Amino acid sequence: MLVYILKRMGLALAVAVAVSMVSFMLIRMSGDPAIALAGENASSEEIEHIRTQYGFDRPLIIQYLDWGLKAAGGDLGESPYFHLPVKQILGDRIGVTLTLGACALVFALVISIPMGVLAAIRPNTWWDRTALGIAVVGQAMPSFWFGLILIIIFAVHLRILPVSGSDSWRHYVLPTITLGYYATPAFMRLLRSGMMEVLSSDYIRTARAKGLRWPKVLFKHALRNAVIPVVSLAAVQLGFMLGGSIVVESVFALHGIGYLAWESIGRSDLPVVQAIVLLLSMIYVFLTFLSDILNAVLDPRIRMM
Amino acid sequence: MKKVLEIEGLFVDLDLPAGTLQAVQNVSFSVDQGETLSLVGESGCGKSLTALAVMNLLPQSGRFRAEKMEFMGQNLLGLKESGMAKVRGNRMAMIFQEPMTSLNPCYTIGNQLEEAFLQHRDVPSREARERAVYLLEKVGITAAASRLNQYPHQLSGGLRQRVMIAMGLMCGPALIIADEPTTALDVTIQAQILALLHALQKEFNMGLILITHDLGVVARMADRVAVMYCGQVVETGLAAEIFNNPKHPYTRGLMDCIPVPGKVEPGQKLGSIPGIVPTPIGNLHGCLFRNRCQYFQPKCAAENIALIALGPGRAVRCISEQINS
Amino acid sequence: MNTIETITNEKASELGIEVVFPTPNQIMLRSMVRHKGFLIGATVLIIVVLMAALAPVLAPHDPYEQSLATRMLPTVWQENGSWEYPLGTDNMGRDYLSRIIYGSRVSLLIGFLVMIIAATIGTTMGLLAGYFGGKVDMVVSFLITVRLALPAVLVAVAVVALMGGSTKVVIFVLGFLIWDRFAVVIRASTQQIRPMEYVAAAKAAGCSTRRILIAEVIPNLMNNLIVVMTLEVARAILLEAALSFLGMGVQPPTPSWGLMISEAKEFMLFEPHLITIPGIALFVLLLGMNLLGDGIRDVTAPEGRS
Repeated sequence: MLVYILKRMGLALAVAVAVSMVSFMLIRMSGDPAIALAGENASSEEIEHIRTQYGFDRPLIIQYLDWGLKAAGGDLGESPYFHLPVKQILGDRIGVTLTLGACALVFALVISIPMGVLAAIRPNTWWDRTALGIAVVGQAMPSFWFGLILIIIFAVHLRILPVSGSDSWRHYVLPTITLGYYATPAFMRLLRSGMMEVLSSDYIRTARAKGLRWPKVLFKHALRNAVIPVVSLAAVQLGFMLGGSIVVESVFALHGIGYLAWESIGRSDLPVVQAIVLLLSMIYVFLTFLSDILNAVLDPRIRMM
Repeated sequence: MKKVLEIEGLFVDLDLPAGTLQAVQNVSFSVDQGETLSLVGESGCGKSLTALAVMNLLPQSGRFRAEKMEFMGQNLLGLKESGMAKVRGNRMAMIFQEPMTSLNPCYTIGNQLEEAFLQHRDVPSREARERAVYLLEKVGITAAASRLNQYPHQLSGGLRQRVMIAMGLMCGPALIIADEPTTALDVTIQAQILALLHALQKEFNMGLILITHDLGVVARMADRVAVMYCGQVVETGLAAEIFNNPKHPYTRGLMDCIPVPGKVEPGQKLGSIPGIVPTPIGNLHGCLFRNRCQYFQPKCAAENIALIALGPGRAVRCISEQINS
Repeated sequence: MNTIETITNEKASELGIEVVFPTPNQIMLRSMVRHKGFLIGATVLIIVVLMAALAPVLAPHDPYEQSLATRMLPTVWQENGSWEYPLGTDNMGRDYLSRIIYGSRVSLLIGFLVMIIAATIGTTMGLLAGYFGGKVDMVVSFLITVRLALPAVLVAVAVVALMGGSTKVVIFVLGFLIWDRFAVVIRASTQQIRPMEYVAAAKAAGCSTRRILIAEVIPNLMNNLIVVMTLEVARAILLEAALSFLGMGVQPPTPSWGLMISEAKEFMLFEPHLITIPGIALFVLLLGMNLLGDGIRDVTAPEGRS
């Protein structure tokens, strides 16, 4: 178990370093950061000044090491737009995004687990077909459009929920549905197929041959096994949802880091953009590491390795 | 001898895309206390489905009906799922073919052994644990107490099948149904498991239904035999009678497939039964073995063949004079 | 009629019945025609392709032509609507139907080109990782993990913004970002094909690795590859729309469905149809592509795995 954790941790660290490098290079090489920072109308002297001030004239690898080592120590630089430490700006906003991500994940699981399980128990019934329909529609619905439709229905016509902002829990309802619905199909499909596979397995037959009651067979023996892959998927999906928060947050003007990233891209606030890409990647790496550990806790075959 | 299980006129149908498969047709048999009945036949002949129907564990596409299904004097027909659950794993236990996949990978051996006992007996869990240790020792597992905390993947196939047997014995059943219990195991382990089953059966005076395609296993274990072909019982009788004097052409064909030391010359070809098994879908009539039978005559196709009693407990489903003379 | 007898070809010809067993292609065709999702998906794709190809013929107006006089005209089913502008006009007075028709060109073009780039990168990586295993597999798996850790939409938006938004940039950025599913699926399928006898036979016959990959492995990957291609076109179209919606994708005045939704956002309160119409177009196309992909998977799957 310890060896397993250490191995996973080593992999996570390696991925973290690689991701930080890629995200740094991607954004740094997409254009001249000095021009981006100075603005379109800046003179060449001004651009040169910024270039030396921010150290953009040094070799890229030095710049990366400088940025990466500072970032590892928690120093993400200063935002030229806010004139504040990036760390402080992100700290103010990350809570909103994490709340949204957590709510959306819970929403997706609460919808998909019962529906997936029911669909697996009663295949080819109207339940199954409804679940499949929801999954197929959910996969094809662009989340930004779905969000706008929800606004038109619930905020404009019915007037029961606010259009945008992030002041109260009511502001989170529509974004949660929008983001959560996006993840629902994947969970539902995985649970349905996993549950069907488990239910036709030999050990379920053994459990029934023992005379166990149906709920016990279902919840103790079947669901426990079917839920293991869902944990991994949940980690991955939460990571994707946080990454996709840029779309949903800008639809609802929810002041999380996704919205901040969008605004910062618009005003060429590169240190903030870079820090957000890094932060979201690190969260993803952490989540997958967490799911590896959870998998080991849930599955004795991994735990005993 | 007291009858443990009595089945009369059992039919099992499976709904397949191609139509309704009449997997088991009008099968009757009974098992006494301390007796071993062997259901023999090729794979797909309906022997496993017969057992699953008795346990009411048929797959979703399957249905069964029977004229009589009595277990320890209790009528199993029309019993609801909850009533059947009280019988299953309690007085009637089943051991499956695949020990590698028949245990839940997520729970310890102890947990899975004890839950059957706790389900049927209102006892403290300490007592269930003691019972589990006792039975693991009974099935020849050493260091039983520490095994309880192990997971299935930590045990070998032979050990897992021993655990499955112990699990079946937890509530002291009157009948054990063993569905190809040794097919997935190595030959040496097979012999051990069979010897174990035999010894336990005698010790606890249980009825045993042994389902197998392996005539060697039948010869060693069975008191009585029912040979099944294409969903029907084609021949029944005491094991000795069946082996010494097989009547039905199918049984004879099966016997010719066994190499007997001393009787079969080196290089001599073993017998085989030509043709393939028909799929029992649609309107069945006549003898189902006739397209492979050397004694075929026109009336074999014309009428349905009933089991013809040859003596007490001995019957054959064949109308050929050569067979019955 | 005796149904339990096995009917062989000889027996059938003795009886004077001609028995024709269907070829694998006929079986596939038959299951295609029976598969509802496949049929719907294929129909949608054909319609949208026709729409894109025949846009100049089909569109009643020039999709770029602006006119103050025709601003915000209602649709034909609304009050004061007319068949002149069936779906009304936008805030610049451009015919909405024409823009929807031309928008299909943008979606399909970007969807297919992005998919081609992603398929080239991802399939190569997956093929090498699956076939050679060992260190190569480790490296590729690592790259896949790194790619998945990067927030795709955010990175795409940032890079497109920095490089300057244009259709070309969007295609390259997305193509280089979404190869992951190709790599994952092709790697797994190659791992399944590698231990097959026909690969061993080709090796024993002295074929070069290149030849084995091209002649033995890739043809057997085609089914899976086509499924992923279909699904990834949908994903690329969705991402393009999201990028354009965020203002960092296709630039105005190009008619892109995502951009049209973005432009209509400020009129959401009074003219919601400006949002619903391009959204429905997008939804129907994505739904069709997904159904088609799932359908191809079901139809090409070996028997009994539906």
